Amino acid sequence: MAQVELRGIIKAYGALQVVHAIDLDIADGEFVVLVGPSGCGKSTTLRMIAGLEDISGGVLKIGDRVVNDLPPRDRNISMVFQNYALYPHMTVRENLGFSLKIAKRTEAEITQAVDEAAAILSLTPLLDRKPGQLSGGQRQRVAMGRAIVRHPDVFLFDEPLSNLDAKLRTQMRVEIKKLHQRLRSTIVYVTHDQIEAMTLADRIVIMRDGKIEQIGTPLEVFERPLNTFVATFIGSPPMNLLAGRMEGGAVLLADGTRLPVPPGHAAAEGRAVQFGLRADNIMPVGHALPATANMAEVAMEVQLSEPLGTETLLFATLSGTEVQAKMLNPRPVRMGERLQFQISLDKCHLFCAESGAALRV
Amino acid sequence: MASNANHRARKRALSVAHFIGLFLAMSLICLPGLWIVLNSFRPTVEIMAKPPIWIPTELNLDHYRAMFGGAGEGGVPVLTYFRNSLIVSVVSTLIALLVGMAGGYAFARYRFKGKAAMFVALMATRAVPGVALSLPLFIIMARAGIIDTHFGLILTYVALNVPFTIWLIDGFFRQVPRELAEAAEIDGCTRWQAFWRVEFPVARAGIASAGIFAFLTSWNEYALASQLTRSVNSKTMPVGLLDFTSQFTLNWGGMCALAVLMILPALLLTFLVQKHLIAGLTFGGVKG
Repeated sequence: MAQVELRGIIKAYGALQVVHAIDLDIADGEFVVLVGPSGCGKSTTLRMIAGLEDISGGVLKIGDRVVNDLPPRDRNISMVFQNYALYPHMTVRENLGFSLKIAKRTEAEITQAVDEAAAILSLTPLLDRKPGQLSGGQRQRVAMGRAIVRHPDVFLFDEPLSNLDAKLRTQMRVEIKKLHQRLRSTIVYVTHDQIEAMTLADRIVIMRDGKIEQIGTPLEVFERPLNTFVATFIGSPPMNLLAGRMEGGAVLLADGTRLPVPPGHAAAEGRAVQFGLRADNIMPVGHALPATANMAEVAMEVQLSEPLGTETLLFATLSGTEVQAKMLNPRPVRMGERLQFQISLDKCHLFCAESGAALRV
Repeated sequence: MASNANHRARKRALSVAHFIGLFLAMSLICLPGLWIVLNSFRPTVEIMAKPPIWIPTELNLDHYRAMFGGAGEGGVPVLTYFRNSLIVSVVSTLIALLVGMAGGYAFARYRFKGKAAMFVALMATRAVPGVALSLPLFIIMARAGIIDTHFGLILTYVALNVPFTIWLIDGFFRQVPRELAEAAEIDGCTRWQAFWRVEFPVARAGIASAGIFAFLTSWNEYALASQLTRSVNSKTMPVGLLDFTSQFTLNWGGMCALAVLMILPALLLTFLVQKHLIAGLTFGGVKG
């Protein structure tokens, strides 16, 4: 087990820089998820940690060693690939034992390690099959088994669940989390799925365009996003953002609606801002959570409703912007119906319209 | 009900038509070969008969006996020719495969300057008919003193086969996901080990099929060999066929017998690896 340290890590292809001087400390035994839209540099960063991509600048440490120029085999890491990358000409047993065989371990040691890993991932009945005879979920488990067999310092996961169907994905997510709790190993996990990131991570690293936007625990990035990108990327449905201007100590939207400044935020008079609120914090009166100290009310016309069972998702318009709101204890809603909504200001956010940065006090 | 029966009848008629069509096509392809095999067992009188005798009345091994016999009795150095063919084909195939693997792998995996142009140039060499090169080749080899040697012929066949093996093997390595080698490297392999223990075995079928194609090309090549070989030192079997022609006669029976000996190993090889061959043809065919 080991910690991983990234200091000013850069990846450039000629003049094109795709990862811009990233700093990141991953503690021993920590589960860190790199998340971001495609092309944000998360996979490239992971591949640099693995040694599959050259590092153009900066220092990468695993444990106490600088590993910048070490080949993958000398980094004591293991990786689970998106397409599993199982060796198709070997049986599951040979796949699992391959790394130990290369390391010239004895037959008995290999058998023991393979049997142990197979037992953990319930692969024992499949040991003599070839990867071609396995289902997607089973292949995924073999890929994970291959990773745990050698007890590496760090596990790297590169979008391991994106080839699975939704149900299996949820199931494997739980298995990965259990595996981490059992092995207490350092894991760096790359995904574009924010739900995966929220459910698995000890800490989430949100990336965009080769830069880190925010690092924090799942709740931190959800409750205190540093900017509008993180705010809209994390959480489902995405946070509603309403453009407005500071006037008379409140946010004045384009249609004249006035919203009080959320507690803990502040902005200068006349400044262009964005008011951020999640669907969970704007609910129709009578179908909302109990009111807290800081509440506001607006009236909106409902355009569309999506009944989800325990709640209904309402799509309404406020000041020309589509706003998603939740309705608890739902009743049928007609299209075009005008409802009074209550906003729980304590959970709302204020961002600078220009930079997108959160305007916290 | 009536229409159902109708359809069934039509289906049956169609499958019969298919069968007849296939039979005709196969006959067209197979009959010459069959005729050669048949003639190698028939007395010369019967082969030359006019009108032709379609159904053989007598089959014997006379031509084979004569061929393996002494020089005065129409014998030819079959075993020497066979050995020459085998040495030239096997060695040139092995070299073409090694070069093809190295080149194919490089084209499939690495980015380098002039890659596309090089690939096109390699393919363009296939457009030049081999015979057109026979005279220049002859002159160069005569000057270099490698005319009528195994070495000269091997060199020629390697040059002939390499563009093809590169093209075919490139297609196969493209089908092997890059991540396999990466996974192997993470599992502790060196780049070299990753290739031999993972990528090579996965692409084995394709490499085998490239080998068969290269072997058959060398084994059957006549035009260049007829120029570059002069004596029993290096004459291959296709060239050896000419031994049966003399100023006034053509020993058809003997020729057929030697042709059968020539076909057999190729047929055997193809039969043994036909599974790979078919996989090779369709697999490599994906790439344009």
